[in-house]
Amino acid sequence: MHDLPDARGHFGEFGGRYVPETLMPALLELQQAYEHWSNDAQFNRELAELHAAYTGRPTLLYHASRLSERIGGAQIWLKREDLCHTGAHKINNGLGQGLLAKRMGKTRIIAETGAGQHGVATATVCALLGMECEVFMGAEDVRRQALNVFRMRLLGAKVRTVESGSRTLKDSINDAMREWVGTIRDTYYLIGSTMGPHPYPQMVRDFQSVIGREARTQMLAVRGKLPDVLVACVGGGSNAMGLFHPFIGDEAVAMVGVEAAGRGLDCGAHSASITRGRVGVLHGKKTYLLQDELGQIQEAHSIAPGLDYPGVGPEHAWLHDTGRARYAAVTDDEAVHALQLLSQTEGVICALESSHAVAYAMQVAPDMKRDQIILVNLSGRGDKDMPAVAAYLGEEM
Amino acid sequence: MATRIAATMSRLRAEGRAGLVPFLSVGDPDLATSRDAVLAVAEAGADIIELGVPFSDPIADGPVIQESSQRALKAGSSLPRVLEMVTWLRARTDVPLVLFGYYNPFLRYGDENLARDARSAGADAVLSSDLPPEEAADLVAACRRHDLDRIFLLAPTSNEARMRAVAEVASGFVYMVSVTGVTGARASAPAAGIEQLVMQARAVTGLPIGVGFGISSAEQAAAVARYADLVIVGSALVRRVFEAGPAGAVAAARGFVAELRRGIDDVTKS
Repeated sequence: MHDLPDARGHFGEFGGRYVPETLMPALLELQQAYEHWSNDAQFNRELAELHAAYTGRPTLLYHASRLSERIGGAQIWLKREDLCHTGAHKINNGLGQGLLAKRMGKTRIIAETGAGQHGVATATVCALLGMECEVFMGAEDVRRQALNVFRMRLLGAKVRTVESGSRTLKDSINDAMREWVGTIRDTYYLIGSTMGPHPYPQMVRDFQSVIGREARTQMLAVRGKLPDVLVACVGGGSNAMGLFHPFIGDEAVAMVGVEAAGRGLDCGAHSASITRGRVGVLHGKKTYLLQDELGQIQEAHSIAPGLDYPGVGPEHAWLHDTGRARYAAVTDDEAVHALQLLSQTEGVICALESSHAVAYAMQVAPDMKRDQIILVNLSGRGDKDMPAVAAYLGEEM
Repeated sequence: MATRIAATMSRLRAEGRAGLVPFLSVGDPDLATSRDAVLAVAEAGADIIELGVPFSDPIADGPVIQESSQRALKAGSSLPRVLEMVTWLRARTDVPLVLFGYYNPFLRYGDENLARDARSAGADAVLSSDLPPEEAADLVAACRRHDLDRIFLLAPTSNEARMRAVAEVASGFVYMVSVTGVTGARASAPAAGIEQLVMQARAVTGLPIGVGFGISSAEQAAAVARYADLVIVGSALVRRVFEAGPAGAVAAARGFVAELRRGIDDVTKS
């Protein structure tokens, strides 16, 4: 197991704390609180009990035998995070940080959201824990994701429409950070992915690692061996880090993060920060970013709103540079096709984000042996994406 | 040889007054107007000028500077254009010039390249809003090699440990952010707590202390001039430049800076 990040939050050259000075004391306080509570038996017991009673953990590990049969080659297994309460892995992190915020005496939580999945998870946690919640969401996303906006409001959260910049996820993070700079004394910023300044990438990874720990145990119990390849989609990278991290020491287990190639890597409309980005600093961390030659951040594109971010978690950048994990990219087309095939062979409608991981598994399975195992993290369910998929396929709803 | 900023600080001490530090967003509304506005501001009594290098995602800035940065980027502003402007300005004024931006454009350009080119263009210091001392080793080393001052920020949330961390790497002056929040005009002058904070910082560093964020009138500037070495005004000036339109921008900048300067000159430092 690797022992990163270091005390200042670096994964090799990546990560760190690139923030305005106003935030530094709060980040140092958060780091201390996290170190304390993550080693507290009572805290961990409470989180585990909530996961069992509320999230629905452990989630299933499922052999997609009909899909595997159709594709040929390796056996595809699914870690069913889509079965978590609220429909995605986001709740694992939301509950962990929510409990931490409560222990720290914070009364108000803010969060950013793109498509609204992390916003809904955060609003859910705040309802459960009795905390005030405000979610920052780009005006473009508010328009496209009306259902999730309504869900958040129903859960008692305030949704703040972000009109700055490109009015999407990147800008909702900008505005959430600006809000945090101004309200740091009573407000906790609940970041939804393995990004942001230290200690967020570490903390989110740790809270999501329940995915990989369960999957490892389940795989050994069911098949008596570890999978050959782990596959997960990567936007910010939290579901992938959650799956990968407990396997990092298992050198025979390959790991592949799947980025969004959007309409194609060469047309510029994609979100493949590792595959096509360059090292830079955004939202508190050093990592691979989509940026121009002058260091201005470029807009990302993916049909999967949760992958639509011009950066990536710093630990993924490190795993890429050290060669421990590989990163591939899958187009909008390939993802939608995978979603259709999984739905029709297994009766499982997964999220467009997760469809990227499924699509990659479908590409590599035929070149592998029948007794080999590909473990795909099915990070979320697809209900939220039905209007987008229907529109993509040219169907009326 | 003393840097231009150090020389300016000695002169201010001799004159017994606080210095005025206007911030302008380079390239808003366009590069030519902005260049003339900087020169006008120097002539109107600025003691040091901060040149804003625009960035697509300015997380420490309120709406006024966010929108100004967007306009500047659309007008073609960038770090190389700012450096060209510094060369042009340096042929015409001796006022110290601080490059004020976010770290990603600096990193893309390269810490060493930035320090070398900034120095040869005639800039005097570099300040990055999202680069705390812990992450600044490369930029600080490059600035030291090229005799550039490194300005760092302190905030109302800063404790003594943070002040020491900043004091260790900063030079020229220390920038005390006067509000717990982003840049932008506030209705009232910085709270009394800031004077206290400036005194705490003085116990930790011998560097001059500038106070900024939210200062928007000659009256507020005068209040801050009583205890700070430098009074920094950004959003209020950027807003006036924008509202005056391209034709009126230079005159608006000159007029507002002259007004701020009169406010400060009325105050004898305690």
